[in-house]
Amino acid sequence: MHELGIVFYIIRDVKKAAQENGVQKVSGVVMNIGEVSTIVPEYLTDCWRWAADKEDLLRGCALKCNIVPAVTYCEDCGAEYGTVQYGKVCPRCGSENTYLIRGNEVEIKEIEVPNN
Amino acid sequence: MDDVKVIEIKKSIFEDNDRDADNLRADLKRRGVFLLNLMSSPGSGKTTTLIQTINRIKDQVRVAVMEADIDSNVDAVKIREATGIPSIQLHTGGMCHLDAEMTRQGLDNVPLEDTDLVILENVGNLVCPAEFDTGAVKNAMILSVPEGHDKPLKYPLMFSICDVVVINKMDVLPYFDFDLEKCREYVRLRNPKAQVIPICAKTGEGVDAFAQWLLQEINNWKN
Repeated sequence: MHELGIVFYIIRDVKKAAQENGVQKVSGVVMNIGEVSTIVPEYLTDCWRWAADKEDLLRGCALKCNIVPAVTYCEDCGAEYGTVQYGKVCPRCGSENTYLIRGNEVEIKEIEVPNN
Repeated sequence: MDDVKVIEIKKSIFEDNDRDADNLRADLKRRGVFLLNLMSSPGSGKTTTLIQTINRIKDQVRVAVMEADIDSNVDAVKIREATGIPSIQLHTGGMCHLDAEMTRQGLDNVPLEDTDLVILENVGNLVCPAEFDTGAVKNAMILSVPEGHDKPLKYPLMFSICDVVVINKMDVLPYFDFDLEKCREYVRLRNPKAQVIPICAKTGEGVDAFAQWLLQEINNWKN
């Protein structure tokens, strides 16, 4: 249950943000989840439901996941290509001299607060 | 649409942990203590490798071990009985990894002023421990022959953060389709800087090379 551990970190950070903004209730949390972050969004939302409902601040709060496509950059030919399809080796020039430019995010994008 | 207010956060959930880890590393540097984070799948031979390694270096450096597991203290007891060095057991309470804060709490129980090297035996898992920086000075992982030479392709993050990859159980090589050269190539693909050290923890073969690597790194850290 890798995702449950991640959920505890999300809850900790959302609580902190709520406190800083003087918020009593959070109705939605929007995440940016990279395609190669090793997070399975369905498991994350399942774990979230279980853990969030134990917190007054987050009871009933929805977790929404935006998937960020993974892109790798080739240092030798400058190509940017889809990591999931081609992996570490550049499909244009065959170089292994590549690195991931996005797609491993596990970040809280924003929180939604009900207006009273 | 007006019944909800949106507050932008835009923060990685690893950010706080990364900062805690950097602070812990700086603190260890000041105190002259080297922390090694040892990771692997369950059953790859972490504890046996540790016993062999510690028995080779314990006359030269003062060693302590922190065992992290979800439950039980069998590893801590085994290390203490086989090496005579202080060994404490940390329970992660169901979590599949240790983070920097849990590591710091564990270190509170280690006599750091009398210690040169603390080895953290992380939870057996190739996914989560790679995501959470523990504050260790160096990361090592053990891959055992029965697991297969293709693991660097399957668990890219783990191999990309390791400074050394120990290939254990070399004695059973004839019984498995494990290709050491392919494995080296896959590790290099993920991480050109990682050293690969083949060993057999059961017979002790190759363990000297790992012990030497460790002593050299401790020396670099303290000076």
